[in-house]
Amino acid sequence: MSEQPAANKGTIRVLQLYPREMNIYGDWGNALVLQQRLKWHGYTPELLEYNVGDDFPDDVDIILGGGGQDSGQLVIQDDLQARGETLRTMAEDGTPMLVICGLYQLFGKFFKTSSGAVIPGIGILDVETHGTNERLIGNVCLDSPEFGEILGYENHSGQTKLGAGVEPLGTVTKGAGNNSKDGHEGARHRNVVASYLHGSLLPKNPAIADFLIRTAAERKFGSFTPGSPDDTFTDLARTHAARRPR
Amino acid sequence: MCWHNIKVACPNWDILRSMFSLSVPLGKLVRALSRLRGGGSALPGLVVEKIDPRFMERTLATVPLGVAVVSGTNGKTTTTKMVVELLESQGLKVFTNRTGSNFTRGVAAALLGEVDLGGKLDADIAVLELDEAHAVHFVNRVAPRFCLLLNVLRDQLDRFGEIDKTATLLQKIAEKTTGTVVLNREDPRVARIATTVSGPKVVYFGLDESLRSTFPNDDDMRATASSPHPTGAKATTEPLPAADVVLRRVGPDDADFEFDGGTVTTGMTLRGVYNIFNAAAALALARSVVASSGRTAKPDGGERLIAALSKVAPAFGRGESLVVDGKPLELVLVKNPSGFRLGLKSFAAEGYATMIAINDNYADGRDMSWLWDVDFESLRDGGVDVVTGVRAYDMALRLQYDDVPIGSVDTDIPDALAAFIASSAGRPKRIFCTYTAMLAIRRELSKITAVEVVS
Ligand SMILES: [Zn+2]
Repeated sequence: MSEQPAANKGTIRVLQLYPREMNIYGDWGNALVLQQRLKWHGYTPELLEYNVGDDFPDDVDIILGGGGQDSGQLVIQDDLQARGETLRTMAEDGTPMLVICGLYQLFGKFFKTSSGAVIPGIGILDVETHGTNERLIGNVCLDSPEFGEILGYENHSGQTKLGAGVEPLGTVTKGAGNNSKDGHEGARHRNVVASYLHGSLLPKNPAIADFLIRTAAERKFGSFTPGSPDDTFTDLARTHAARRPR
Repeated sequence: MCWHNIKVACPNWDILRSMFSLSVPLGKLVRALSRLRGGGSALPGLVVEKIDPRFMERTLATVPLGVAVVSGTNGKTTTTKMVVELLESQGLKVFTNRTGSNFTRGVAAALLGEVDLGGKLDADIAVLELDEAHAVHFVNRVAPRFCLLLNVLRDQLDRFGEIDKTATLLQKIAEKTTGTVVLNREDPRVARIATTVSGPKVVYFGLDESLRSTFPNDDDMRATASSPHPTGAKATTEPLPAADVVLRRVGPDDADFEFDGGTVTTGMTLRGVYNIFNAAAALALARSVVASSGRTAKPDGGERLIAALSKVAPAFGRGESLVVDGKPLELVLVKNPSGFRLGLKSFAAEGYATMIAINDNYADGRDMSWLWDVDFESLRDGGVDVVTGVRAYDMALRLQYDDVPIGSVDTDIPDALAAFIASSAGRPKRIFCTYTAMLAIRRELSKITAVEVVS
């Protein structure tokens, strides 16, 4: 926690999507972790917000989206559709993005509620979600080929099916994940990481935070030289969290 | 003596039900037997409910001023206790309950202890703490005359999933209320309930504008002054309705309450803005009950209410002040982001040694995400001396990301507490703790030092 050297590697702009409506169960922690780790790696973080009706900022390097209540999803629905093309282009272009829970669902093709209503998504991810009356809730561990063991906490009643155009983020070793059958969690496409895990996700999974930062730095500056964040507490928090019951 | 014996002896509940006039004496017998074996209080309630399923409704229906329920996600227990003490100060006889695992059964059991053999309850009013989980089931059986709805904070997510759902449960209580609904004007989800009820009278308790910033609601969690919350914006630009009781100011050991067009300053035993706001809630409900009882004529009624208010102490384990080695030690219960933020805002960090104890047992909630919805910047200057609990390292990690210095981290609560007391000798101490961590700390404190309970 010592003072980090003054940032000199350049500015990375992190945009939070709809932080007012889509920011539940600690998803703010993801923004805080990116902000701090950018500093610890020697960059200057710039945290931006995009809310319903705002102008969409230029030169965004990382996009973050969180979960929300059903009511929050309804509030942002139309605005998100209006920004769909912009976000799809950015995703295909390789912009690193992390979307959790509610925005994971809306980054997919659609969300069909248990009463049959269909909320269209923006189709960045080849996934579809069906609302159920079963709530998948509790601690989750997964094995990810890219990031190793991922730890978090899920709380959702939408069940997500992956299509051919995405890979799962990992295989579940504790908890439910995307749905109660398939044994996998989250989705990966280009540099988009999608997951149901709150917890918050990034604090205890800095490998994902550093992937987003590295990808952003390489795209913007051509290379990434890491700093040396002190992850002592992170490692201990992971050890203790992994032992907790579902 | 074993409960199975009674079940074997009474295999046909229907026969007993048909002679339901026996239910009270039999229930009382069962209750007495259960006392002898030191059994759980709900068992007699189970027996009486089996024999006489309408016992609770019938008995509560005989209470002259009816039933008042207190609900909301935070502060029910202490607020219920306050309402009871305020009404007792007016000479009213109050029946009240302690919340349990089976609410209606628990109420039935408590009623059995209070009714006479003819089944009559010697009380003017029943004041019940009603958990949201039991709300619909209860109000469908017993329509309350009064309800007090405190707040909808992120708390019971493990059980309900979404706070909007919790608001709907509170709304059901309001819909069934026949007399007066008392609402928190400052909580948008609670205040909104006013638009959904048509029968009962609606009364608000509220906060002075200067205190509102100390009560961030979950919607405003990340909304800043420069970017007001869009869905809440309507609520803040429309003029707020007048409140029956307004908390105007909170001092170190006193507070100003406005009602009946005047402002009264009173000393308070309770500490923390959050508790004192609940005192305003209790006062609003008590005033509605007193008005309907026809006791308003008494000239000193208001003064006695205020005197009672000043003496109210928190319910057991909800935040209390002890003395350890001649210095105050405050236990502050934190169980959700709003509660933790309120705790940090209500109690200034300066001059205090600080410990944080975070468990994630079932009673605390398993999800640690909420720690990331609390800002810990107010602890940056003084730091946190000791972090403990099952999820101590989650807490330490959270503090690291807010640049808060940490003395030591130890998941073992007894060891951590001993180290904390040793290292903070001569300083007042404050411990923020989750529910099961608080129980562990109290147990330890009674072992390692003479504990004098101040309030
Ligand atoms: Zn979620």
